[in-house]
Amino acid sequence: MITIASLVNGRPSRGFLSRLRSRRYAAYWMVLPLFALIVGLIVYPFVYSIYLSLENKAETKFVGLKNYAMLLRHGTFWLVVGNSFRFTLIAVFFKATLGLILAMILNNLPFRGQRIWRGVSLIPWVMPLALSSMGWWWVFEPTHSAINWLLVQFGGAAKPWLSDPFWARVSTIVTNIWYGTPFFMIMYLAGLKSIPQSLYEAAQIDGAKALQRFRYVTLPMLSKLIAITVMFSTIVTFANFDIVRVLTRGGPRYTTHLFGTYAFNVGIEAGHLPRGSAVALFMFPILGLAAFFILRNIARGEE
Amino acid sequence: MTGSLAARQKRKVRLSYLALVPFLVFFLFPLYWMLITSFKTDHEITSLKGIPLLIQSAPTLAHYKMILFKTEFVTWFWNSLLIAVVVTVLTMAIAILAAYAISRLTFLGSRYFGVGVFCTYLVPPALLFIPFYKVVGILGLLNTKWCLLFLYPTLTVPFCTWILIGYFAAIPRALDEAAFVDGATYIQMLTKVFLPVASPGLIAATMFAFTVSWAQFLYPLAYIYKTSEMMLTNGIYTTLIRGDVYFWGELMGGALLASVPVVILFAFLMDYYVAGLTRGTIR
Amino acid sequence: MAKVTLQNVSKNFGQVKAVCNFSLEVEDREFLVLLGPSGCGKSTTLRMIAGLEELTEGDIFIGNELVNDLPPRDRKIAMVFQDYALYPHMTVYQNMAFGLKLAKHPKFEIDKRVREAADILGIHELLARKPRELSGGQRQRVAVGRAIVRKPSVFLFDEPLSNLDAKLRGQMRVELSKLHHTLRTTIVYVTHDQVEAMTMGTKIVVMKDGLIQQVGEPMEIYRYPVNKFVGGFIGSPGMNFVPARIAAEESGLVIDAASFKLPIPPDKDAFLADKTGQDLILGIRPEHIEDRAFAEKGVFSGVITATVEVVETMGAEVQLDVTTGEHTLVARVDPRTRAKRHEPIELAVEMDKIHIFETEPPSSRIKTE
Repeated sequence: MITIASLVNGRPSRGFLSRLRSRRYAAYWMVLPLFALIVGLIVYPFVYSIYLSLENKAETKFVGLKNYAMLLRHGTFWLVVGNSFRFTLIAVFFKATLGLILAMILNNLPFRGQRIWRGVSLIPWVMPLALSSMGWWWVFEPTHSAINWLLVQFGGAAKPWLSDPFWARVSTIVTNIWYGTPFFMIMYLAGLKSIPQSLYEAAQIDGAKALQRFRYVTLPMLSKLIAITVMFSTIVTFANFDIVRVLTRGGPRYTTHLFGTYAFNVGIEAGHLPRGSAVALFMFPILGLAAFFILRNIARGEE
Repeated sequence: MTGSLAARQKRKVRLSYLALVPFLVFFLFPLYWMLITSFKTDHEITSLKGIPLLIQSAPTLAHYKMILFKTEFVTWFWNSLLIAVVVTVLTMAIAILAAYAISRLTFLGSRYFGVGVFCTYLVPPALLFIPFYKVVGILGLLNTKWCLLFLYPTLTVPFCTWILIGYFAAIPRALDEAAFVDGATYIQMLTKVFLPVASPGLIAATMFAFTVSWAQFLYPLAYIYKTSEMMLTNGIYTTLIRGDVYFWGELMGGALLASVPVVILFAFLMDYYVAGLTRGTIR
Repeated sequence: MAKVTLQNVSKNFGQVKAVCNFSLEVEDREFLVLLGPSGCGKSTTLRMIAGLEELTEGDIFIGNELVNDLPPRDRKIAMVFQDYALYPHMTVYQNMAFGLKLAKHPKFEIDKRVREAADILGIHELLARKPRELSGGQRQRVAVGRAIVRKPSVFLFDEPLSNLDAKLRGQMRVELSKLHHTLRTTIVYVTHDQVEAMTMGTKIVVMKDGLIQQVGEPMEIYRYPVNKFVGGFIGSPGMNFVPARIAAEESGLVIDAASFKLPIPPDKDAFLADKTGQDLILGIRPEHIEDRAFAEKGVFSGVITATVEVVETMGAEVQLDVTTGEHTLVARVDPRTRAKRHEPIELAVEMDKIHIFETEPPSSRIKTE
């Protein structure tokens, strides 16, 4: 036990310091569960999935890169690749932009109002995605779509939301934007609040008008946050499953598939687990690249 | 006299509220649509007459009754609750220990753990579910809810550890030291000083673990086929569509009911939720 | 350069009256200091001049132009903020050039002005650096440089030295005074530090609770504070206040503080004669109390016997905390003093320099000259 006397005399009581040293060993024990989880339930399955992807359908023998070759020759696969990129890039762009705009709008509101509407705006993100996707499914449902009804009322034409490749893609992207924008909003709102008011005032005195203040103060101060959120969202959006699965199941004719849903289709529904594994693994290098940029960004920010 | 600055300020606020409206419509419309559908009669849902944006004939509770009494909704609810709670407890146990060690006790490789935790994001469920299929099968847990106890933590633990590291690191060491000088043992310091001060972070992490577990769809869908073992998400999705017939009223009602616990949790603890998200990234 | 006129300016934040009926004329080329404790309304007043806060009532003129409704950029002002507010992602050069760039000045003109300002402040080797690479003092100079470049009619400073350490503050005070002379500009400067106010200001406005307490030149405020608050605020260490009464004795009027009595100089009699018997407050500055052994006779005519509590050796002088009866006093005495803790000492008071204040708020000073 530590005593004032021991502090004063400079000689710490035996018990405390030696326990402190053993604290170091305790640390290893404390991270062990995490370590075990990461190694056992993430690294190992990952490695196993690579191994799986190199087997034949019956999983009896090793066939090398045959599954990958088959996929690359398969037109459907390229549909999936293209759609995944398209889906991710478009959705993330809109989510970030709308999120920033919404954050700026909310930031202008007085405290009480801001808190309430910020909370309301977060509901899409808080609601389980599979369930809200079901809601959107009903919104887009061909015969009874509310949107189509509105369009028709205003003199437009009903759109085949889920049955036409183009519109089906639009539906999935819109649903993703609906789901993800609140995340960006909440991040950028916090970011906006961390910008010192005096910077804006200095800019005002320097003669900057509102748009110029946005360009010369807001954007530069948020740039790091924007980079990080965009990268994170890219990773998560790329790996999306729920929305496409519920809305279109990848159809019509495989045009809305993402890597995750196609892997599910090939691996579990069609029963070709190794090939499904190969599909899913295609995601990894792309996610890795995005992660690399994030880490580099964070590292740069630390200096 | 003055006026210009004040008037401009008021106008800015008014315009902001105006600009907020389209966003709110966008965010809330699907929920509204789900809500009224769940109260409309089947006849009204399928009819193409009138204004679908309103409930035109008398609202009905038939769909909710059907969900609650004629399907295994209640079973799914308890399944989801059970799994979510157990996973949350497991997650917090692992995450608190690890986050404390990483943020407070410098040891060999502690820095790499932070990076390592982040890298688990690169192996999302959409990738892992395939090898897990085999693993779960081998363990004989296919088609049971218990397999989820192993799988959900892969999602929740890294994220919660990440959040907690942020919170723990922000607590000044001087606080621990003050506790020692005041005569606390290490355990007392942890339980009476450190963890209480970190409680917003603990609450936020707990909320995330619970919410993520509750909302999971891919894993249950991939591994569970017996309806009595299903979670709310895949239960509603798979059983409320019989062949070509979509029970929209039940689907919407079910989806809303299933979302209620999480949204209520959020409503009460919103500030912790928000703080948990934004804490780590804002420097 | 221009003068600044505030007429009956008031600012309310909801129910809180931050500034009340503030009227002031700042002459051209004056270095005007708004001085007061936190919350007295000095920053709010400055921000109203800048156009960053709107007035609840009153008018502000810069030059002869009514600026109430003008946005900051049209008021021909420049401001140095407490946290410098330098744009972190721009270099020093870009920070200083920013305002001119926005106003679309030609490039060579911008360059000329930036370099001129950099020369005046001695920061030309910092021009390519970013703010995070600079020390506090350097950032401060860049902030001032950014203001100079705008060639404003009025410079506004909002507690610019508060974030600097003591030594740097001292250096910057000198620099800012020099700057004032070089640029011959009108400056309105806000601070809570009375040393800054006294050393740099040509005129000081002491504020409290949104109201002007006193306006005057530094020495005038020092010598003739208008009330107890101003008397106590100016001067460090602060003025000693002792409750006392005036009594008439054979030798003349004395001021009686129970544990000591001080004879009032005859030339003050006329002013104090009708205050005998009243409860009053005696104010004596520590620098006007001396160790009797070293006090110039005649000048230091009052005597106080006290017990020493604390002796603080400052080098050029010694600061004593003494007690006499129920009162505690601070005295700044000759360093040759033999004062020792817990020992008695005889102190002499420069009676010409004492102040007498009413007890009733606002405790105005009774004029004795």
